[in-house]
Amino acid sequence: MTETAALRAAESAPARQKLLRVDNLVVEYAGKGFRARKFRALTDINISIGQGETLGLVGESGSGKTTLGRAVLGLAPVSGGKITFEGKDISQATRKERRVLSRDMQVVFQDPYTSLNPALEIGDILAEPLGVQGMEQAAAKKRVKELLDQVGLPSDAIHRLPREFSGGQRQRVAIARALALSPKLIVCDEPVSALDLSTQARVLDLFLQIQKDTGVSYLFVSHDLDVVRHISHRVAVMYRGEIVEQGPADVVTRDPEHPYTQRLLLASPVPDPDRQEKRRADRHRLLEEQRMQAEQAGVPA
Amino acid sequence: MTESVETSALTPAPGTPAPGTSGQTGTVVRSTVLKRLFKNPMGIIAIAILLTMAVMAIFADVLAPFDENFANISKTLAAPDAVNILGTDSSGRDVWSRLLFGAQLTLSSALLCAAVAIAIGLPAGLVAGYYAGKFEAVSNWVVSILMSLPGLIVLLTIRAAFGPSVWIAMIAFGVLISPSYFRLTRSAVQSVRNELYVDAARVSGLSDLSIITRHIFSVVRAPIIIQTAAIAGVAIAIQSGLEFLGLGDPAKATWGVMLSEGFKNVYLTPTLLFWPAFAMALTIGALVLLGNAIRDALEDGEKIKHRRQKAHQAEDAATASATKSARKTIAAVEAGTEHHLVKVTNLGVGYPQADGTIKKVVDDVSFHVDRGEILGIVGESGSGKSQTAFSILGLLPDTARIVGGAIQFDGNYTVAPGDEKVSQERLSKLRGKRISYIPQEPMSNLDPAFTIGYQLVTPMVRVLGISKAEATTRAMKLLSDVGIVSPDRTFRAYPHEVSGGMAQRVLIAGAISCEPDLIIADEPTTALDVTVQADVLDLIRDLQRRLGVGVILVTHNFGVVADLCDRVVVMQNGRLVEEGPVREILREPKERYTQTLLASMLEGKEPMSMLVSAAASATASPTAKENVL
Repeated sequence: MTETAALRAAESAPARQKLLRVDNLVVEYAGKGFRARKFRALTDINISIGQGETLGLVGESGSGKTTLGRAVLGLAPVSGGKITFEGKDISQATRKERRVLSRDMQVVFQDPYTSLNPALEIGDILAEPLGVQGMEQAAAKKRVKELLDQVGLPSDAIHRLPREFSGGQRQRVAIARALALSPKLIVCDEPVSALDLSTQARVLDLFLQIQKDTGVSYLFVSHDLDVVRHISHRVAVMYRGEIVEQGPADVVTRDPEHPYTQRLLLASPVPDPDRQEKRRADRHRLLEEQRMQAEQAGVPA
Repeated sequence: MTESVETSALTPAPGTPAPGTSGQTGTVVRSTVLKRLFKNPMGIIAIAILLTMAVMAIFADVLAPFDENFANISKTLAAPDAVNILGTDSSGRDVWSRLLFGAQLTLSSALLCAAVAIAIGLPAGLVAGYYAGKFEAVSNWVVSILMSLPGLIVLLTIRAAFGPSVWIAMIAFGVLISPSYFRLTRSAVQSVRNELYVDAARVSGLSDLSIITRHIFSVVRAPIIIQTAAIAGVAIAIQSGLEFLGLGDPAKATWGVMLSEGFKNVYLTPTLLFWPAFAMALTIGALVLLGNAIRDALEDGEKIKHRRQKAHQAEDAATASATKSARKTIAAVEAGTEHHLVKVTNLGVGYPQADGTIKKVVDDVSFHVDRGEILGIVGESGSGKSQTAFSILGLLPDTARIVGGAIQFDGNYTVAPGDEKVSQERLSKLRGKRISYIPQEPMSNLDPAFTIGYQLVTPMVRVLGISKAEATTRAMKLLSDVGIVSPDRTFRAYPHEVSGGMAQRVLIAGAISCEPDLIIADEPTTALDVTVQADVLDLIRDLQRRLGVGVILVTHNFGVVADLCDRVVVMQNGRLVEEGPVREILREPKERYTQTLLASMLEGKEPMSMLVSAAASATASPTAKENVL
């Protein structure tokens, strides 16, 4: 622990501003079978997240957005490139280094039904990361109460099982677990995709409130451009394992440059029949234009 | 410890409708495994027998009037009397005492066998399941070797080498039977190894050992207990078998040795054979029953139907005869409503609970769909929108009951007033032909074992009565109709060879293949990427216009509603909240709930603004907001 403190102190000021840097990251999975070709999930990824900043990561299923989040967390193999957290290279961090890191880096998963162990009480789930860091039981209990309060759950939730809660409440528990150690970065992997509309609004409010209160940074992965626009400072768009566009949220989500982002923007329907009809027409026009361009460029659509 | 689990908020907020008045009522009743085990007479009997046996074995020294080997030479093969309550054997030893000491040795050696098997199989299974890789490969080899050994011959060899000790035999048998624990544990661990909570524990920095003990061990606990009950029974049988053959230790009293001794004197005193056999049968039977009872308790399904039927037998009989007469002459629908394609009137759907009450999931829902119209049913999870759609399709689970109302399709009742179930007889004539269905999960609705072509052709041959060749031509045309570029290739492909969007197109092709009048689409685009969703919505719109079918679109997405629907029904907690033309509902919703839902939309909102607090101050509806989560 003193080691990391020394490391932090030794870091130069400019490197410190960026909490997380990912440079030329490549993730490959071994293929199935003898001498099978490797499957490349991520190619040449470059992103960075500053203190108190949210980077939204948007893309379709299979685009590699979840894999990027998992690589940062050490749950996916890093085959090339570098992941730097607070100036320290963590691309090949050992289990022991991860344990130290877990104080600063946490996760909220998509599915609130499988991300909580069904056999453990909420109190035990929340106390787990505290216990790993060697916090005493009495102190941990106090912290669990604080956490439940912070995410807006009743304190009698401690002795209940996950199955007694609705999806939105479970996601609050998962957020509380991520907050337990007051991390600097939370990787949010589609945290509102499995939730109902009004629950989603509530949980997004919670994410924003927590950021306001604690200054935490988010790497916010979602397939929903509206969600990403709402919560992010900057947005990166992923397509087939690469980042095709990156920039301020407002620019990327309203006036995108890359053809894929343009398609994505016009594909998400708006809740008004007449405006949606216009958007539909715009989309068809865009698809036609892009097809023409592709033909002119000599690439089959 | 019975928990009542409600889908609604933990603490009922002010303004929640009082239960029993309207909307969804009742609670899902669940009980714990132990409670269910003790409710099961089989379980109670098994536990009672095993406990008695255990007490007899533990207190054998106190309970037994004689030592196991104390022989009264002057009193052999005696009938039961006041001193020897079960008589004596050929050497004048007390049968009752030997039975008690036998229980001690037999049961504890069976336990030893199970303990050895667990000690080897459980940790090996945990490690192999969690880490996979080389350890798993090697241990699979060892397991295969162990399982291919002829058990009885190995045991005979061990007896020859190490003498007649029952302990050694049972340790050897424990090793031989440990693969069963290994396999059980490994497959249970494999199923949870990639669960997100295990990932979350890794991110928290938990060591592998703590992850295995805290998160993974809990899933193998129950199967291990069941397995142990079975293994202990087998161990007793094997051990007694060996001893019956005369391979036991004659200096020790066990049930097997007694059986062997009784068999020698079977013509003189048959009861000598009976008592150990009875004790063994009782114990092994109880172990098997206990295993079954635990398994039943773990399986969630409680036997609700039977109990309910008994309670309401008279009532049921009355309604049954009433519906029977109604079925003969299907009641005519209300005059003036025949022109509606589908009309749902005051529909109620409920599920009987263990305590005899009925949990209503749909209550008093009425709406209609006309030909060529798209009706959207919007609501959040648990609003009853899918249950409503399924009752029109007649695809409700067996346990569901229609508790009120009626459904008519094209001027005929599919659920007449007073019916308790959807009439499958009436619906099977319609389903697939005139009513078709587009599901939410395209991939899980195609059978992976058959080609897409086969799955399209077979229903057409059956429903339309056309030849296979004709159906194939039609299927090709349908596939190109739904925008598949190379119908040929898709026709021959298996479901895993196409993408999710493609699979949904195939299912839509299937849904329109028999020229239906009504298509029920249950969240048809929820599982798809946004860009694919837009394509599929375009497709549904085109087809609907071209074919003029009525569509019921169940969704939670107002964008999808705006894109497709003519009219909208909003549902909450099983009730119909609001109904109207799409522009009216989306632009000027009258009901507070619809307003709250629309306010939760992110489109057009100021980024990084609070959604709920802003909406609450705008509509001043703190109670409505509390009810939603």
